Amino acid sequence: MKNENIIELKNISISFGEQTVLDSLNLYIRDGEFVTLLGPSGCGKTTTLRIIGGFEEPDSGDVLFNGSRINNVPSYKRQVNTIFQRYALFPHLNVYENIAFGMRVKKMKEKDIKEKVNEMLKLVNLEGLQKRKIDTLSGGQQQRVAIARALANEPKVLLLDEPLAALDLKLRKDMQNELKKIQKSLGITFIFVTHDQEEALTMSDTVVVMDAGKIQQIGTPKDIYNEPKNAFVADFIGESNILDGVMKEDFVAEFSGATFKCLDSGFNKNEAVDVVVRPEDVDIVSEDKGMLKGVVTSVTFLGVHYEIIVDIGGFKWMIQTTDEAFEGDTVGLYIEPDAIHIMKKSEYSGLYGDYSSYSEEHDRLSDTEPIEEEKNEESFNW
Amino acid sequence: MKKASIGNPFISSPYVVWSAIFIIVPLLMVAYYSFTDANGNFTFSNIAALANYKEIFLTSIGYAAVATLISLLIAYPLAYFMTKTKLSTQGTLMMLVMLPMWMNFLIRTYSWITILANTGLINTFLGKLGIGPLQLINTPAAVILGMIYNYLPYMILPIYSVMSKLDNSLLEAAGDLGSNALSKLSRVILPLSMPGVISGITMVFVPSVSTFYISQKLGGGKNMLIGDVIEMQFQSSYNYNLGAALSLVLMVLILICVAVMNRFADDDGGVII
Repeated sequence: MKNENIIELKNISISFGEQTVLDSLNLYIRDGEFVTLLGPSGCGKTTTLRIIGGFEEPDSGDVLFNGSRINNVPSYKRQVNTIFQRYALFPHLNVYENIAFGMRVKKMKEKDIKEKVNEMLKLVNLEGLQKRKIDTLSGGQQQRVAIARALANEPKVLLLDEPLAALDLKLRKDMQNELKKIQKSLGITFIFVTHDQEEALTMSDTVVVMDAGKIQQIGTPKDIYNEPKNAFVADFIGESNILDGVMKEDFVAEFSGATFKCLDSGFNKNEAVDVVVRPEDVDIVSEDKGMLKGVVTSVTFLGVHYEIIVDIGGFKWMIQTTDEAFEGDTVGLYIEPDAIHIMKKSEYSGLYGDYSSYSEEHDRLSDTEPIEEEKNEESFNW
Repeated sequence: MKKASIGNPFISSPYVVWSAIFIIVPLLMVAYYSFTDANGNFTFSNIAALANYKEIFLTSIGYAAVATLISLLIAYPLAYFMTKTKLSTQGTLMMLVMLPMWMNFLIRTYSWITILANTGLINTFLGKLGIGPLQLINTPAAVILGMIYNYLPYMILPIYSVMSKLDNSLLEAAGDLGSNALSKLSRVILPLSMPGVISGITMVFVPSVSTFYISQKLGGGKNMLIGDVIEMQFQSSYNYNLGAALSLVLMVLILICVAVMNRFADDDGGVII
């Protein structure tokens, strides 16, 4: 079989001082894929990227590029380029010279350099800004220069370390589309690091969810969302009600004191499991028609839908629905079999509670890594 | 910014008074003496007399330039090396750089006599080996050595300060784009540390070009610099007018040098420390 993996990480371990950052990590990346490494800060995603880029050497394990080991190959000899979190543009050079940097190092002909720089400027919509100094550019423009500078070297793999973290929301959305478009048109491999699950789901062909130096799950965005492997993934990607349950037999699960039909099988009889129900998959119905009964404790209007917290036997469910309910109402919940996802118990079981401390939970979820304040962000004319 | 300056006239008044008495007035006096004769009459004769000192001016500038260049060649790699060590080591190294400066300037210079003299440390040692004695003291080299020794820290400090602020991700980016160590140095480190280099050059060149003590002690009177001539006018010839004129021209020369260097720094978008 032809080896399609452009990058292979085999049994990679690395620790900084006492702290183990990556623990026997195995990762295979196919050529031409848009892969996202997703996880909370400190999960090892940036370190993984830096190992591929050649900025860190793993304590043990092999890094393979097109099948050959590149552990000892310094970064300047690798066919990968990186877009750094803070762009790392050269402040003493203008836009043109920044983009030309890699080609000048390779001593390419002036004519070819000029041609390539102009091509890159066109690609990232920065034509006419050749002469500008870096510190006169907005964050979004600097981002584009960084992309152009990396792509001008025609890398086989582009590494992106939280490149959009410093941009404001609207610009970030635009850049997400833009990056995806660039990746498709060039057909090269992008490895993208982010802690923003929405970003990961929108952009990627494959999402690699990481925590504590280990890969928790690899899959398409759909797989990751619909079939999370454990409580960590379910909690990190989107909102989830994660309950303790028991698998009575194939296709029958029991939780919250009731028995439900589901689509999962292959568990032992009466095996203890984690049950995930996404908030948008629950319908609020009248008390007598519900499979579960509970009291509404809070209702938040979010525009598209309501976010309703329902207390069922002490467990606070989150429900996202367009049906209105009022605090203090007793309501019924209706859950379709395909809305129920059963997971094996893991080290993460029980770590993620219900939505009783909802506001805190919300804070934690929206918690982002420290971001430099964006200066004079101007809107873009595309 | 504007708000904070409300209290400034009051707070800054001691400094204004100080600089008026000890900087502005002396400068005006230098200018006054330069253009008057011993009787206080206006004259250009002092300025005209400067032509006699052209060679000494050139010698001074030459010595100072050599001392500055050698200081730069020593300080630059040293500063770079310092930034690559652990933070605690950096503190210790910085201490070692500063340590000689805690001693009196005159003593520091004087001690070189006992090292370089014909019966000094080096020649005694060489004598035991059957070499020499070599003429070390009272040579141009000794004067330049004295300049380098005394002013080297002023070269190291600004370069180190700029280099230690250099963002490591820029070096990683350069590596990522294909630069090896040499190309990182020439394309990133060197241009970005220029403000420190220029500030260091200014801080070594200016005191070197106007020194008189170093040339007297280590040059033995044979290697007169412009500083010595000025000192002589005030100390022994009592020709304040000529001394003032020499000082004025030296000052203008230095100002021009500094202005040219600042222009360099501005072009690179850097700032002088």
